[in-house]
Amino acid sequence: MAITREHDLHKRRSGRNVGLAVVLALFIALVFGLTIAKVSGGAALQAFDHSYRPSLDPDHVRFQQR
Amino acid sequence: MTDLRTDITYATPGEGSFGDYVALLKPRVMSLVVFTALVGLLVAPGSLHPVEALAAIIFIALGAGASGALNMWWDADIDQVMKRTSGRPIPAGKVAPGEALGLGVALSGLSVIMLWLATNALAGFLLAFTIFFYAVIYSMWLKRATPQNIVIGGAAGAFPPLIGWVAVTGSISLEACLMFLLIFMWTPPHFWALALFMKSDYHKANVPMLTVTHGRKVTRAHILVYTIALVPFALAAGLTSIGGPVYLALALVLNLMFLQGAVAIWRRDEARAEADGYATEKRVFRFSLAYLFLHFVAILAEAALANLPAYAAFAAQFKILEVF
Repeated sequence: MAITREHDLHKRRSGRNVGLAVVLALFIALVFGLTIAKVSGGAALQAFDHSYRPSLDPDHVRFQQR
Repeated sequence: MTDLRTDITYATPGEGSFGDYVALLKPRVMSLVVFTALVGLLVAPGSLHPVEALAAIIFIALGAGASGALNMWWDADIDQVMKRTSGRPIPAGKVAPGEALGLGVALSGLSVIMLWLATNALAGFLLAFTIFFYAVIYSMWLKRATPQNIVIGGAAGAFPPLIGWVAVTGSISLEACLMFLLIFMWTPPHFWALALFMKSDYHKANVPMLTVTHGRKVTRAHILVYTIALVPFALAAGLTSIGGPVYLALALVLNLMFLQGAVAIWRRDEARAEADGYATEKRVFRFSLAYLFLHFVAILAEAALANLPAYAAFAAQFKILEVF
C-alpha cells in the first residue's frame, strides 16, 4: 500500500483541521454576538455618522417637546 | 523502494482524530455540567441577554472540559490499569500526555477569561477555582491520598449550578448554596455505590477508595449515613425561592426512595451481594442519577410554574427560608 492522500493518517488530520475550523468559526460568531449584546444591550445600534441627526440629539428632542 | 514499509497503521501519539480530543473533555460529564449550570442560570432572579446566557453555559462547560483534560493527563497511569478507563485517549495511545496538558491549560484560561467578560468577575473566579479544585485538590492530591477523596472532591461537580446562578446575579445566595450542597452531599453515596460493584478496578489501580481502605461493610454504613445527611439539604431547597410544592412533593418521594435504597445496601452483606451480582447496589447507583436529575427538573418546573399568578401565590407559602 502506497502512501497516498487517502491514508488513514491524512483522514484523521483532515478531520482535525475541519473540526478546529468549525470550532474557531463558532467562537468568532459567539464573540461577535457577545459584543453586539454587550454594546447595544439588546437595542438597535445608532450613532452620529459624520452628519447631524436630530433624532439622536437629546437637546433637539427636548426643544421639540416644549 | 522495497525497504519502505507502508502497511503499519498504528496510531502515533499526536495523530488522534478530532473526536479523541473531544473525548479528553469528558463530554458526558460536560452534559451534566451544562444541565445543572443551565438550571442555576434560568432560576436565578434577574436576567441575562440570551447571547450572554449561551456564552456563560458554553464557557462553564468548556471549563469543566478543561479540568477533565487535566485530570486525564494526571491520571493516565491509573486510567491504563482500570478497565472502565483504559479506552481513554491517553492510555489508548491516541493523544500524547503533553497535548492533553496543553489543551487543558489553554482551555482553562480561555474559559475563565471569557466567562468573566461575558458575565462577571465572581463567576469567572468561581470557574477558575472549580478547575483548580478538580485538577489540583482532587486529582493531584486527594484521589491518591485519602479514602475521603470522593467526599471533598465532590465539590468540583457541585459548583456549576452555583456558577450559573452567580453569572446572572453577581452574588452568592442561600439558594445557590443549597443547589451546591445537593450535589456535594449526593456525590459520596453515588460513587460509593459504584465502588461496591466496580471493586477490582479501584483495587488494581491502588486508588484508596473507602472499599479498599476500610472494607465494604464500612462503605455500606457510609452510604447510609451520607444519604441521611443529604435529605435535609434536598428538602431545604424546597423552602427557598427556587422551591415550592411541586419540588417538595417530588423531593419527598425521591429522598424516601433513596433512603430505602441506602438502607437496603447497608443491610446486605457481601455473600448476598455476590450471589445476585450486586443487583441492589447497581439499582441504587442508577436511581441516584435519576434522583439528582429530577431534583433539578423540579427546580426548573417551579421557575416555569411561577409565571402562573395563582400558582405563584400558593407556592409563596412554602418559601419560608431566606437568609441572605
